[in-house]
Amino acid sequence: MAAAAVSSEGLSKRYRIGALHGAYGTLRDSLATAARRALHHEHRPHYEEIWALRDVSFDVQQGEVLGVIGRNGAGKSTLLKILTRITTPSAGSATIRGRVGSLLEVGTGFHPELTGRENVFLNGSLLGMKRREIIRKFPEIVEFAGVEKFIDTPVKRYSSGMSVRLAFAVAAYLEPEILLVDEVLAVGDAEFQRRSLGRMEHLSQSGRTVLFVSHNMQAVAQLCDRALLLDGGRIVNDGPSAEIVAEYLQAGHGSSSSRAWGALDDAPGDELVRLRSARVLQEGAVAGSVDVRKPVGIEIVFTVLHEGEPVFPKIKVFDRQGDVAFNALDTSARWQEPTTPGEYVSIAWIPGNLLNEGLMSVDVAICSLDGTKFHHRAAQADALSFHVHDPGLGDSARGQYTGQVRGVVRPLLEWTAEER
Amino acid sequence: MVETEVRKTPRATTVPAVSDRDARVIVIKPAPRWPHLDVAELWHYRELLGRLVWRDVMVRYKQTSIGIVWAIIQPLLTMVVFSLVFGKFGNFPSKGVPYQIFTFSALLPWTFFAAGVALSSTSLVTNSGLVTKVYFPRVLLPLAAVTVPIADFFPAFIVLVGLMAYFSIWPSVALVLAPLFLIMAAVAALGVGLFLSALNARYRDVPYAVPFLIQIWFYLSGVVYAVSALPEKWQWVLALNPMTAVINGFQWGVLNTAAPDLGKTAVSVAATAVFFVVGLWYFRRTEPRFADTI
Repeated sequence: MAAAAVSSEGLSKRYRIGALHGAYGTLRDSLATAARRALHHEHRPHYEEIWALRDVSFDVQQGEVLGVIGRNGAGKSTLLKILTRITTPSAGSATIRGRVGSLLEVGTGFHPELTGRENVFLNGSLLGMKRREIIRKFPEIVEFAGVEKFIDTPVKRYSSGMSVRLAFAVAAYLEPEILLVDEVLAVGDAEFQRRSLGRMEHLSQSGRTVLFVSHNMQAVAQLCDRALLLDGGRIVNDGPSAEIVAEYLQAGHGSSSSRAWGALDDAPGDELVRLRSARVLQEGAVAGSVDVRKPVGIEIVFTVLHEGEPVFPKIKVFDRQGDVAFNALDTSARWQEPTTPGEYVSIAWIPGNLLNEGLMSVDVAICSLDGTKFHHRAAQADALSFHVHDPGLGDSARGQYTGQVRGVVRPLLEWTAEER
Repeated sequence: MVETEVRKTPRATTVPAVSDRDARVIVIKPAPRWPHLDVAELWHYRELLGRLVWRDVMVRYKQTSIGIVWAIIQPLLTMVVFSLVFGKFGNFPSKGVPYQIFTFSALLPWTFFAAGVALSSTSLVTNSGLVTKVYFPRVLLPLAAVTVPIADFFPAFIVLVGLMAYFSIWPSVALVLAPLFLIMAAVAALGVGLFLSALNARYRDVPYAVPFLIQIWFYLSGVVYAVSALPEKWQWVLALNPMTAVINGFQWGVLNTAAPDLGKTAVSVAATAVFFVVGLWYFRRTEPRFADTI
């Protein structure tokens, strides 16, 4: 058997907390510390140390697609940063056999003043492509990104979706033997996500090795053969991706456009009501990426165990910054009466042209009213997430504008105007 | 849990042929105690260096409305001011050529050097988006930054040729050595830039210190006066500043002034080498921490 494409042995990365704070330290502080040490024979100050990565060992075989999952701060990004040589490990080593292409946040090195064409060349050489290689692949890159008309327009006039597509296209056509990817699929519309997944699948099927770090559990389960679960800088689980992802979601982590709780007894809830599943729907199907113009359904399936006080479903939607976009509860008459045992399917329809673009996350809950307060009987924070995108056809609240629109919501209002 | 249909097509068993040129084994290890410069790797990334220089030149001319005209107006107006203040009122020594052309010919290599120092000292922080996202030899950033000002040098050089024609001054044979003196200025700027950019990755004081440093350096370089008119002792001290040799050498070529003293030029060359080695050593030593501290 051939040598592993990537083999990591005891990779560790230590950060000194003091050093992290010192990142923006001034020269004066350092000089003062040095002077104090010299004058008073003080020892080196004690820094608090944290291990962002601790003793991580694994092999990735040629042609294998490995997913790396874990909570924020679990060490996923640090691992990728070491493998892409952006930072050096504190201990351990890794050997990489083959040409590496990396995608750490797309659009790296895109300069807003330069045109799409110029940026393709700049980005391509940053990723290690030769000039003639870029020239050869240029038509494919532009076609894949779907920006033919704007290729000679400065990138500052692009919508965020357009520049992401172009950046991904450059990296995807680099055709590296080993592709390291961090969270690209969180951006772009459904069609582009589908094509990106297809491109990555194509790369893996043609024998390329892919290391894929993502919060998108569906993508990991769909795309990867194997997954590593990191926690606190260590590998806590390693196995077939479907199993690892299922266990991870089961444990209440990760976010997805669809999730289900297995055993009734372990599902969130109390003696009266238990959550069963939750999904994000659009046009009759589960959707990780939704069209801003069309209604989005938040489906909650729950079980009422016995007769009891009235309960009702409630959702809370957050934007990427963690600001609450809104709270909503079902106020219909059916939930005013004492509940009868059984399984219920409730769907909250968020109207089209209400949310802004970007990643939204949803808390779901089944509540009762406790005096004037909500009593969360069965609740799951961060139960669902979905990405809202604008296809940019000019019929959304954006109109022909392609820049950033601020705000938690972006409603399509009715305007009136008359000439006086 | 996962709704999307999981469909895995059997993988092709053949691994695509990869040319030996691209097949590389990379070993990632903790940073070595004694840094060295990987010249083979720099060569591998030569196209990126060109691309970075090209980017900065393009962006400069796109962001400014009169673009290239700045490269001409700036030294020309500076020359006019210097000629009035130092030449006419101050009566500073100018090697026996008209003061206007003396100071303009010194301004060209000086501006090239000063812009190189200024741009390279902030090059890491300006490109922190790249430094934290993608790997390439970091040395390329200050190296590109000291190369970019050459784009301003050429238009100004054409003006110099015009001035030479106006004052009927013929260049000497030593003009062929002028590129070497410019390379010396670039190497000195790179040494300073390597050191300051690495320092700037950690301490944000550097941008405040650099204009001050350049200002003092300016007065020690013989741009507004002829160093050769100073007492011999001071000429040796100023020889430690590579720019005195660069300006003398450049003027020797374009203005046919007296040849620079060999001993003092040797001192300047040695000083340039020291600047470069110290700057590079400090840069390579702190490089493993750039992405963490920047």
